Amino acid sequence: MTTTKPRTLPLSKRGLNFEMLMWIFTRLSALAMYALILIAIIGALIMGARTQMNMADVLRWGFMPNSSHVQSTNVPDLAPWASPFWKVTAGLLLFVAVAHGVHGLVVISDDYIVSARGRNIARIISIIMVISFSLMGLYIIWTS
Amino acid sequence: MSLKRNVSLATGLRYQGQGPYLTFILHRIGGLGMGIFVAVHVLASFVGGSVGSFLNAIYTHWVFQIFIFFCALFHAINGLRITICDLFPKLIEYQREAIWVEWAVFLPIFGIAVFVILNAALGG
Repeated sequence: MTTTKPRTLPLSKRGLNFEMLMWIFTRLSALAMYALILIAIIGALIMGARTQMNMADVLRWGFMPNSSHVQSTNVPDLAPWASPFWKVTAGLLLFVAVAHGVHGLVVISDDYIVSARGRNIARIISIIMVISFSLMGLYIIWTS
Repeated sequence: MSLKRNVSLATGLRYQGQGPYLTFILHRIGGLGMGIFVAVHVLASFVGGSVGSFLNAIYTHWVFQIFIFFCALFHAINGLRITICDLFPKLIEYQREAIWVEWAVFLPIFGIAVFVILNAALGG
């Protein structure tokens, strides 16, 4: 098997366009989601999850720190789990995840939709999805 | 312009892309699975009522839990490999080794999770 040497272009010759920015956003948002989920899990352990929740419930809270996700556990008081800190954390996780996910759907659709018109339609649908799911999610997080 | 493939479907199915291709397609399946789950879950929670609680009850089933945990865990671990290799491009040379490490991390965690889920669902 032959190996090709990766070539490195100077910054001035690299394309700096929207697709490239979304490429790096996908990587950085993955790291951000790791960080936010770790914050949520560590926070749950500090708030007493070690004795009041099982592992599955901690993970459920970790993937989206919303107080309705710990309602069915032995947590005595939901108030600390519904604090503004957790609502902001959940909101950030929501925005990052929705943008990362919908951009992923656009990337997948580009493999099957090749006409310029079809790709434009896919992009318009993706923008509508990002806005509507962010608003719906934010409403659920803030009212639960 | 329409989509043109240079190979037949049968040839495509026999494509032997090996490890890297397997992670590519599983990453895609995992991403789609989570995307559909999150979309339906947000919609169900937003709508609420009997329709919402019916949809959200699906997620407590053990078959669905095994599927969605596979999606989330594989996508997360494979995504971390992609992120690390892309941010430090010199490491791309070792991506096959990285994929072996990935499976070594994924299989024990997923295996334990499946055991716990099945134990809770069927064993009692």
